[in-house]
Amino acid sequence: MAAIELERLERRYGERVALGGVSVRLEEGQTLAVLGSNGAGKTTLLRVLAGLLRPHAGSARVLGAALPDERWRLPSQVGYLGHEPLLYRELTGRENLRYHADLHGVPHSRLQTVVTALEIDHRADEPVRDLSKGLIQRFAIARAVLHDPALLLLDEPRANLDPSAAELVEPLIGRSSGRTRVLVTHDVNGALEESDIALGLKAGRPVPVDAELYR
Amino acid sequence: MIAAARTILRKDLLIELRTKESVPAMVLFSITVYVLFHFGLDRDSLDGELASGVLWVTLLLAAVIGVSRLFAAESTQGGIDGLLLAPVDRTALFLAKAAAMFLFLTAVELVAVPAFALLLLGPGLGGAFPELLAVLLLGNFGMAAVGALVAALAAETRAHELIVPLLLLPLLVPVLISCAQATEPLFRQPAATEDLGRWLLLLTLYDVVFVLLSVAVFDFLLED
Repeated sequence: MAAIELERLERRYGERVALGGVSVRLEEGQTLAVLGSNGAGKTTLLRVLAGLLRPHAGSARVLGAALPDERWRLPSQVGYLGHEPLLYRELTGRENLRYHADLHGVPHSRLQTVVTALEIDHRADEPVRDLSKGLIQRFAIARAVLHDPALLLLDEPRANLDPSAAELVEPLIGRSSGRTRVLVTHDVNGALEESDIALGLKAGRPVPVDAELYR
Repeated sequence: MIAAARTILRKDLLIELRTKESVPAMVLFSITVYVLFHFGLDRDSLDGELASGVLWVTLLLAAVIGVSRLFAAESTQGGIDGLLLAPVDRTALFLAKAAAMFLFLTAVELVAVPAFALLLLGPGLGGAFPELLAVLLLGNFGMAAVGALVAALAAETRAHELIVPLLLLPLLVPVLISCAQATEPLFRQPAATEDLGRWLLLLTLYDVVFVLLSVAVFDFLLED
């Protein structure tokens, strides 16, 4: 069974077509790189795959769940890392992770494992508003993988991370994690290196990944 | 679902304790309005229907402030996405938000009602306190249920500060009528309890209907 099957997927915002004619098949354990300039529809695609937006036409099947009708099957299997860290600024990193662990029914021992792996234990009891963007990104990654999801939807996952932090997150969200991944990034060469399939988007339409993509 | 609602409620109370954005503003607003009535009406004491009306209109307007802030953290910090990405029934979110609003209103009344009695109320609260407590609790329940529903409806809109009062106040008219009518005899000299049972029954019915309605439609409010 394919992890993701999209057939002529379409999503509109009012009259504007944000995504149209997108067809992709991604097998379990593979990585799909989604490339394109700003406003190309990359984030919209991730949000549709996460079940946060309803597709308006075509078909979308994610981990066997037909969207939008079987959206309820996704949350326990999908880890979503978007532009927003989805962390409350007034809570500490640990309180945020405990909150998400409780919502997902994850034991707190798993929380400690992830915090230790990302080397954020020493800052976990400070309010998120006091943390640097790099540390917030590490806490956001911890949130996304806390429930050990089969599918990761990653929007610029290494944004704000220094090289050593980028190495730290690799076992959790990188290729070596063994998870199926959809990776949105502007780093074309890096994305092509670590992906099995690449999807270029321009004004919401699929286009070849070549020099014309960002023009 | 109850466990998830408890988790969300705990988070909301923790954020309110740290930010102090809702309850202190509601308390300050209520006391300010009572002071304004004190000078505006140029009377040292009110009783009967005037006292009852001033108490409940002020509490209702204070509730607007709380409802406007109820989904603030969710709207500005992506909390709704976080909840939709978790395997929890959306009803848990309604229950948590309604419970948070109920607790906020109760905390406000702990200060605002004695302040009202001190600044404006002629007969005093003493004799009719248990009856007033029952009206306050049922009124809070109704305001919390409708407030959570309206807050969710307005959360994703750009003009939510405008939408909240426009939707909330008309929906709360039955609560205002019931609470004011139930309270009016309690503020007479001497206090009476005529028709109290009838108004409390009406409030209970309103609360039950709005909780059921909110549970039924809440899922759809959070759809994109």
